[in-house]
Amino acid sequence: MFWKYGLFFSILSGGIWGIFWQIFFTVIGILTLGIPLSLELSQIMIIGPLAGILYIKSQKFLSIKFHLTAIIIITFLIFISHLGNPYQVEDENRLIIFMLILLTSFFIWGSLNHSLYNLSPGELSKYDVESFFIKFTWGLGLIILILITLIPFYIMIITSLKNQQSLILNPLDISVNLNTDFKTLFNSYIELFTNFNFHLFLINSFIVSCTTVIITLFFSIPGAYALARLRVPNKKIFSGTVILIYLIPSIVLIIPLYVIFSSIGLRNSLFGLILVYPATTIPVALYMLRGYFSALSSEIDDAALMDGLSRIQIILKIAIPLSKPAIVSVGLYVFMIAWNEFLIAFMFLDDPSIFTLSRGIMSLNSSEIPQQHLMAGAVIATIPIMIIFLYLEKFLISGLSAGGVKG
Amino acid sequence: MTNIIKKSKNTLLEKEKKLGLILLLPTILIVLSVVIFPLLANFWISFKPVSLGDLRPPKLIVKERIKGKLSDKNQIAEIQYRYRNSSIKYDLENVIIKDIIPNGFTVKDLQPTQFCRLKLKELICNLNNVSSRSSGKIILKVHKNDQWQEELDNPKKTKPFVTFSSKNVLTSFEFNTENFKKVFSASEFFEVLKVSFYYTIFGTAGALLVGLIAAQILQKSFRGRSIVRGLLLFPYVSPVIAVAFAWVILFDPYSGIVNSMLVQMNVIDKPINFFGQKYTDIIIFGYVFKFPLALSMVIAFEIWRYFPLSFLFILARMQSFPEEVYDAAKIDGASPLQQFYYISLPFLIGIMSILFLLRFIWTFNKFDDIFLLTGGNAGTRTFTVNVYEQAFAISNLGAGAAVAVVIFIFLLTFSLLFMRYSKKETF
Repeated sequence: MFWKYGLFFSILSGGIWGIFWQIFFTVIGILTLGIPLSLELSQIMIIGPLAGILYIKSQKFLSIKFHLTAIIIITFLIFISHLGNPYQVEDENRLIIFMLILLTSFFIWGSLNHSLYNLSPGELSKYDVESFFIKFTWGLGLIILILITLIPFYIMIITSLKNQQSLILNPLDISVNLNTDFKTLFNSYIELFTNFNFHLFLINSFIVSCTTVIITLFFSIPGAYALARLRVPNKKIFSGTVILIYLIPSIVLIIPLYVIFSSIGLRNSLFGLILVYPATTIPVALYMLRGYFSALSSEIDDAALMDGLSRIQIILKIAIPLSKPAIVSVGLYVFMIAWNEFLIAFMFLDDPSIFTLSRGIMSLNSSEIPQQHLMAGAVIATIPIMIIFLYLEKFLISGLSAGGVKG
Repeated sequence: MTNIIKKSKNTLLEKEKKLGLILLLPTILIVLSVVIFPLLANFWISFKPVSLGDLRPPKLIVKERIKGKLSDKNQIAEIQYRYRNSSIKYDLENVIIKDIIPNGFTVKDLQPTQFCRLKLKELICNLNNVSSRSSGKIILKVHKNDQWQEELDNPKKTKPFVTFSSKNVLTSFEFNTENFKKVFSASEFFEVLKVSFYYTIFGTAGALLVGLIAAQILQKSFRGRSIVRGLLLFPYVSPVIAVAFAWVILFDPYSGIVNSMLVQMNVIDKPINFFGQKYTDIIIFGYVFKFPLALSMVIAFEIWRYFPLSFLFILARMQSFPEEVYDAAKIDGASPLQQFYYISLPFLIGIMSILFLLRFIWTFNKFDDIFLLTGGNAGTRTFTVNVYEQAFAISNLGAGAAVAVVIFIFLLTFSLLFMRYSKKETF
C-alpha cells in the first residue's frame, strides 16, 4: 500500500508545510507591507511535495552546504513558478518579496527537517508511521496553538498604539511605527489617564481586589482549618454545601442583590462591592485551603496541643507558616477573580468616580469613543494581572489547579 | 475510672465542636446573607410582578405655601398644602398629614372639611386614600392675632408630618405565576434552551479537546517549554472584558483585521459580520446549509478562553504518571497511538470526566462572555443572557428572576449528578 511508504509521507508533509508557510508569510507580507497580496496556493502545492521528495531521497548526505543548496533551489522554484513575480507587486517591493520567499523556503525546509528526520523512503513499520504523524502534528500544532493564543493580545496592543486615521485608512497595517514620538504613540493611554479618570479606576480596582483578598483570607483560613482538623458536627454537609455554593453563579444572584442593595443604599458604592466579592470568593478559598490543611500532618498539631498551645495559636504559629505557599496561591487566585470580575461591578456602579477597571472599560464601549481607547483600556486592565502572573507564575498555577474549575 | 476518661474526652470534643463552629461562623453568616438570602429572595421575586420602576417606593410629596401677606392684622392669608402621589402605579392608604399652626394665627376656615380638623393648634388631615398620580390641596384661611411674634410664627418653620401606608409589591404576600407562564410559554424558550445547550456542550467539549491536545504537545520537553506553558494560560488569566473586546475588534466587519485580510486574499468578496450574523450559508457539494455563525464564534471564544484550564489539569495529571510504563510499552512494541489509546487515555479519563462535568456547569452559567461579544443577539441568547435581558433591558425583574430560577434548577440537577459521580473519582 502506498501510504505505508516514507515517500508518500514526504510528499504529504511537504504539501502541508508548504501551504501552511505560504499562508503564514502571505499574511506577514500583507501586514508588514500594507499592500494587497493575493493568496496563491496552487504552485506551492507542487513545490512543497517536491521539496519533501528531495529531502527524503537525499537524507544520507545531509550537511549544512546541502541544506543551503536545497533552500536556494526551493526559492528558485517558487520564483520561476510565479514567472518571477509571485505576489504581483510593484518593483520597489521586490526585495521584501524576495526575503519573504526566502523565509518561506527556509521554514518549509526546516519543518521538513524536523518531521522527516531519519525516515526512510521505503516501506515503514506501523511504529514509524505513527511516530512520523506525531512528530508532524506536534510541530504544526505547537505553532498554531501559540499563534491562536497570542493573536488577540497582539491586536489589542497594536490597536491601542494607533490613531484613528491610520486605523480607518488601513486596518491591515499592524506594524508599529517606532519613529513616532512617545506622545503620539501612547496618545490613547495619555488620553485615558487625563480625560477618562483611569488613574481612579486603577486605584479603585486595587482597593477592591486587595480588600477582597484580605477579607477572604481572614475568614477562610480559620474556617478551612476547622473543616480540615476539628470535629465539627455535620462536617460532610458543610463541605458539600461549600462546593454547591461555589457553583452558584452571580447571574442567579444579581437580581435580588440589585434589589436589596438598591433599597439599603449600598448599590452605587465600593463598599457594596467589597461586601459582595468576598462572599463569592470565600467558598472557593475555603475549598482550596481545606485541601491544603488536610495534607499537613496532624501530628504537629497534636504535639503543639500537648505543649499547651491553643487551637488559635496553632493556626497562627503552625498552620499558616507551614502553608504559606498555599495561602499565597489562594490569595493570588482570589485577587484574579476580584480584578477580573465584571457583572457585579457593571450592575452596581453608576458613578464614574468609583468605577473599577472592568466597569470603566465598559463605559468606553460606545460608538463615540474611538476603538484605540477601548483597547488601551483593555491593555491597562491586563497588564497588572500579567505582571503578577509572570512574577508568581508558580503560585498562580497551583492556585488555578486547586480551585480553577470556577470562572 | 472509665467514666472519668469518657467524660474528659467528651468535654474536649465539645470544646472542639464549639471552636470549630465559632471559626466557621463568620463564613456561614456572610454566605447566608450574600448568597443564601438573595437566592431565596430570587424565588420570592420570581412569583411577583415586579418591574425595575418598583424599586423606587411610592411617596406623598407635600409642599407648603403661603398666599397673601401675613403682616397685616385684619388681612386674611392662605396657608396651602399641596400634596401629590408620586407613584404612577400604586395608591397610598391611610394618608395622614399633620402640621403645627403657630400661636400667632387664628384659623378662619379650613378646606376640605370632611378630612381635616384642628385640634388645639395642630392640623390633622386624614385623607384616607390618595390614588396613584392624583393630587390635592388643603387650604387654611388665617389671620394674625395678638400673640403674633415676628420671628417665631412663620408657619413654614414646622414641616408637615406625613404618614401613609402603601402596598409594596416586593414585601406584600401576593403571588402569581405570571412570570413563569411568560418564561415557559414564550416561543423563544425553546430557542434559548437549544442555544444554551449547544453553547454548553460544544464549548465544554471543545475546550477539553483542545486542552488535551495542548497537553499532549507540551508533554514533550523542548527548549522554552515553560515559557510556552505560561503563554497558553494568558487567555484564562486576563480580564474577560479585555479579551472579549479584543475579539470583537479583531473580527469587526469594518475595521477588523480578519475581514480585511480575507478580502485582501480574495477568500471572501465582502466583509462578514462575525458576531452579528445569525446564519451564514455554506455550500458543500451543492447543498446549501445554514451555519449558525455568531453562535459558533461565541463557542470558539469559549474554547479559546478556557482550554488553558483543561490543559493545565491534564498536563499536571500526565506529569504525575510514571514514565517507566511508557518505556515498558515501547519494549513490548506498542506504537505511539497505542500508547496514547491504551495507557494515557484510560489514565486521564477520570480527570477528564470530572473536568467535563464541572466545566459543563460553569459554561452553562457563563454570562460575561456572550454578553460582551454579542449582547445575546444574533441567535446567541442563552438562559444567563436572558436573565439580564428580561430583568434589566425589558425591566421586568420578576421575569428575570423566573429565568434565574430555571437556571438554578438546571444547576442543582447538574451538581447532584456531579457529586454522585465525583464520589467514585478522587479529584
